[in-house]
Amino acid sequence: MAWFKRSKENISPDGQKKDIPDGMWTKCSGCSDIIHKKQLEQNLFTCPKCGYHFRIGSKEYFEILLDGGKFREMDKKMQSVDPLKFKDTKPYAGRISASIKKTKLFDAVRTCEGAINGIPVVVACMDFAFIGGSMGSVVGEKIARAADVARKKKQPLIIISSTGGARMMEGALSLMQMAKMSAKLAQLSDAGVPYISVLTDPTTGGVTASYAMLGDVHVAEPAALIGFAGPRVIKQTIGKDLPKGFQRSEFLLDKGFIDLIVHRKDMKETITKLLHHLL
Amino acid sequence: MAKVTLDFEKPIIELEQKIAEMRKYADNLDIADEIATLENKVDQLRQNVYSNLTRWQRVQLARHPDRPYTLDYIPLITEDFIELHGDRRFGDDKAIVAGFCKLNKETVLIVGHQKGRDTRSNIYRNFGMPNPEGYRKALRLMQLAAKFHRPVICLLDTPGAYPGIGAEERGQGEAIARNLFEMSHLPTPIIVVIIGEGASGGALGIGVGDRILMFENAWYSVISPESCSSILWRTWEYKEQAAEALKLTAPDLLEQGVIDRIIPEPMGGAHRNPQMMAQTLKEILIEELKALKKIKTDRLVQLRVEKFSKMGAWKE
Repeated sequence: MAWFKRSKENISPDGQKKDIPDGMWTKCSGCSDIIHKKQLEQNLFTCPKCGYHFRIGSKEYFEILLDGGKFREMDKKMQSVDPLKFKDTKPYAGRISASIKKTKLFDAVRTCEGAINGIPVVVACMDFAFIGGSMGSVVGEKIARAADVARKKKQPLIIISSTGGARMMEGALSLMQMAKMSAKLAQLSDAGVPYISVLTDPTTGGVTASYAMLGDVHVAEPAALIGFAGPRVIKQTIGKDLPKGFQRSEFLLDKGFIDLIVHRKDMKETITKLLHHLL
Repeated sequence: MAKVTLDFEKPIIELEQKIAEMRKYADNLDIADEIATLENKVDQLRQNVYSNLTRWQRVQLARHPDRPYTLDYIPLITEDFIELHGDRRFGDDKAIVAGFCKLNKETVLIVGHQKGRDTRSNIYRNFGMPNPEGYRKALRLMQLAAKFHRPVICLLDTPGAYPGIGAEERGQGEAIARNLFEMSHLPTPIIVVIIGEGASGGALGIGVGDRILMFENAWYSVISPESCSSILWRTWEYKEQAAEALKLTAPDLLEQGVIDRIIPEPMGGAHRNPQMMAQTLKEILIEELKALKKIKTDRLVQLRVEKFSKMGAWKE
């Protein structure tokens, strides 16, 4: 037994939310309730008590959105080639191979064709687990191609974002992906094909400054962190604490940058309804 | 204005000062030979230093406090400049300036980031860091230019889009995204020139165009070397390594296919001879614009999209 009691909150890495936990029982980061894995799964990885949304990846999201969990994946094996031979404390090439091994993914986005309540769609979903969902050449190219497929087949495009922003290790090439994807979305828009941007926790940096904010409709999960600059950078710059709820979905809805906030359980039905109105 | 000397320039500046001093006495003393020898030496020294600049040294040159900014170039390369203000939504951002002017007797719209020279003007210009209204002003005027078939020239020079509460409240991300979207199919020629610092989305927000040109000592990347260092090394100390790793200089970006052309600077950087720099810029802009004007608008837009579509590196 410790002879002192912690009077402050537990030290946690900046209150960062964890990926989907292993093990049978999980403590909710929202209300600290203990949830059984089965129950969490049934509840689409949201807390049955407080509604807290756990971070999930493309595997779970495709399952949630697409009819019968069926889809045809595109450009499945596209991989980064480390164009700058980038090295910080570790070589980028090593980070990529380690991430591939750990996540069983090839990069931070997966794109596919499938159907949502019978409507053929093109879906791209980011994986935060892969180097923080960072956007480099592979994410840029896969999303650009997904937009092309959506335009040619006249099928609505849905992009689910979960990212810390552009990938530093590809330098200016990552930055240029923002221009590339925005140009493709402009073409899609000119062709009259709907694009729905789904913003989940977190959506920041270069992704917010490109496709996440270019939807015909912006749908966000509750309490997701959404912004251009990260809260830490802003706090450092202005030297003041940030207002409560700053850069959360509800804040963005209030400021007029999100069309609606939707619980994950209602996401599929909401998107279906929207598509019926637009198609 | 106080002269600012960068560390690696010190030996050159010291020699130059020495020569200048000797010249004062050159009338009375017979030291012409010695002056000539020293001048030779300083020439060699300049060659040596400036042709072997590290990436970090170029970053320092791009940030040199005497480096010419957008509003310094405009009177040197154009006539009849008339600045226009405001985004018609919220306000007028002083970190981005825009207006019509005549370049070689033809009207063009110039849009550029604007930094300040001293504390006061830097506060006024927000150190060249735009808020959303800056990008929206730029877009409003670019669309105006397109409506009247006037070409657009964008001069990039920013340490980044401003990371502030107001900027987030007014949708910094949306403002930049909208500009990328709209600039990608704006029906008029757009020439982009990175004249100093090209920091990430803050720069790219007025950086989509048909031709991307870059000054020899400018830098352009997804993040500044300092921020990159603080994220990846968890300290600001590794900025030099970060600059190397990011490969952010003009020759690097030409190799990566991000830019089309490097604009040479006077020996020692644009600030050593702003008139000469402006003349070079003017000649190249006229030449590039002439070529772009020959292309039909539909084709121009198509080529622009294709240009950016090719960028990046991957394997399948």
